Amino acid sequence: MEPVRVVTSRAVPLDRSDVDTDQIIPSDWLKRVERTGFGKGLFAEWRDDRDFVLNQPEHAGAAILVAGPNFGVGSSREHAVWALLDYGFRAVVAPRFGDIFRNNSTRSGLVPAQVEPAFGRRLLDAVSADADLEVTVDVERRLVEAPAAGLEGRFELDELTQRRLLEGLDDVGLTLRRADAIKEFEDRRPSWLPSVG
Amino acid sequence: MTRSRTLAQKLWDRHVVAGAPGEPDLLYIDLHLVHEVTSPQAFEGLRMAGRPVRRPDLTVATADHNVPTTPGPVEDPLSAEQLEVLGRNCERHGIRLFPRGDPDQGIVHVIGPELGLSQPGMTIVCGDSHTSTHGAFGALAFGIGTSEVEHVLATQTLPQQQAETMAVVVEGELPEGVTAKDVILAVIGHLGTGGGIGTLIEYRGSTISALSMEGRMTICNMSIEAGARAGMVAPDDTTFSYLEGRPFAPSGAAWERALDDWRSLPTDDGATFDRTLEIDASRLRPHVTWGTNPGQVATLDDNVPDPDSMEDPAEAGSARRALAYMGLTPGTPLREIRVDTVFLGSCTNSRIEDLRAAAEVVRGRRVAPSVRALAVPGSGRVKRQAEEEGLDRVLVAAGFEWREPGCSMCLAMNPDKLAPGERSASTSNRNFEGRQGRGGRTHLVSPAVAAATAVAGHFASPSDLD
Ligand code: SF4
Repeated sequence: MEPVRVVTSRAVPLDRSDVDTDQIIPSDWLKRVERTGFGKGLFAEWRDDRDFVLNQPEHAGAAILVAGPNFGVGSSREHAVWALLDYGFRAVVAPRFGDIFRNNSTRSGLVPAQVEPAFGRRLLDAVSADADLEVTVDVERRLVEAPAAGLEGRFELDELTQRRLLEGLDDVGLTLRRADAIKEFEDRRPSWLPSVG
Repeated sequence: MTRSRTLAQKLWDRHVVAGAPGEPDLLYIDLHLVHEVTSPQAFEGLRMAGRPVRRPDLTVATADHNVPTTPGPVEDPLSAEQLEVLGRNCERHGIRLFPRGDPDQGIVHVIGPELGLSQPGMTIVCGDSHTSTHGAFGALAFGIGTSEVEHVLATQTLPQQQAETMAVVVEGELPEGVTAKDVILAVIGHLGTGGGIGTLIEYRGSTISALSMEGRMTICNMSIEAGARAGMVAPDDTTFSYLEGRPFAPSGAAWERALDDWRSLPTDDGATFDRTLEIDASRLRPHVTWGTNPGQVATLDDNVPDPDSMEDPAEAGSARRALAYMGLTPGTPLREIRVDTVFLGSCTNSRIEDLRAAAEVVRGRRVAPSVRALAVPGSGRVKRQAEEEGLDRVLVAAGFEWREPGCSMCLAMNPDKLAPGERSASTSNRNFEGRQGRGGRTHLVSPAVAAATAVAGHFASPSDLD
């Protein structure tokens, strides 16, 4: 995955809570066997509505999505993350994320910036009021900032995940360094556990 | 003296391969379930890195999300390709696959348990959020994304952040006509879609102990709808007698050793949970969702809620949007809402007990002429057993279509879909916008309510039909 340190961009305000992954990428799109090309399916059903925020020209090209609480709940489909990335987003700011969505994001290089609810609300209001407001998501300092609106808030990220994002590390490669420990564990597993081999 | 631990903590501790303070633990995975939708890109990742599957013997695959539920070829070329790609990947890596047409094929969360693959004390993952189903056996079971699928294929492990524990304690006897589905809908109604995020839920209390394995699976299945990482129930004699004699369950001396181990799993007296939610089962009623997430739920006796009376502006806003999408007016009694389609199926409610419950309700009755009713058994095994018991004949005589196993209208990746504006009573787990077809309107209910609704043509409980 691509390393990501700082994302600075205008932001799209998606003022809804409980945005589920079925909305982010409807199931019609899950039949593809590739990882690319999902941007067209991003919020496919909502985009039929001309007034939907992504259809507004002033938000074109923004790399940050600011959303309400519980963003990415529901299905485990990583296609939701691929769709956001393919569309051009590099970070999503929300007060709370669905667990699996959050994991999926960090594994593909999309920054899930989980902020305090009050800060999330203020940021949503600020980007709704000013489409040109510049927002920065800084992975190194774990900060979301919009200096022109006087906003600065921390987000949560454990150290390992932070390092993986910053360095674009391959998760599988990291784990394979522990092959000896895995082998040792396997030798201790109880013999009654099921095996289909 | 050893410290008192919860079931979740015991499951966690016994699978830690490596860990360091401030880092996620590396957990060993005992069983990895695979299906056609979330695996192709993972296999492709392995291929590109030149990595093998570490433990094909702990990996089991099935075709379920895309498969048509009528016999004949797979008409949709994209679905056909995805199913073929799964076949090729399994063959290349020596993974056991239950393809379309195999007698043991079925929804991944139905076949794991019925084959005896899902056992107490295990870690079970699948690229599917409803993997929490298998927690009903006293296992740590959770859904993962495709990158994690690749990680497990390559390493048979997964780095996992420690999670909080929550006890959901359900006490008392369920009133007549109230089922496991109503219990979990009530729980989600309390917690909301985000209330369980980051937690491992253990369902406890006399109501849970009295439930069958099918009922426990229904409850654990929907844990994710409250955001929870996993749901689980401590293993007991109900668990053991369900497992005994199943194809992949231990037998002979191994069974006895396994039993000894499994009996050590339940939460110790004195162990504490980070959070607790208590539910009085005796006060529960049949539930039906009115909105576009499973937390937007009420009892069958209620009216469509009025967003204007909601205190939280965010809640009111999402209720308003949901009602507009659902085409509902505040104050309408839920019982008066008419449906076009009834779907009996999905990994939540497509097991033999669910089909029995629905057949019981429609026996000797007719589905309302305006209603299309679909019964989709969860697996080949469920289908055969239902046919042996004659449930298919009861359902078909009433006007249900009797289909081949698969996910079907739960997510409408196959031809079973709602048309725009159509309304369903569905025994599945998600009423998200468009979940059962673009513009479709889904209401989640139990199998008994689904069956009664099919007969009445509007939301109804079995007792309403008398
Ligand atoms: S039945 Fe529905 S929820 Fe269950 S695995 Fe299939 S699509 Fe997912």
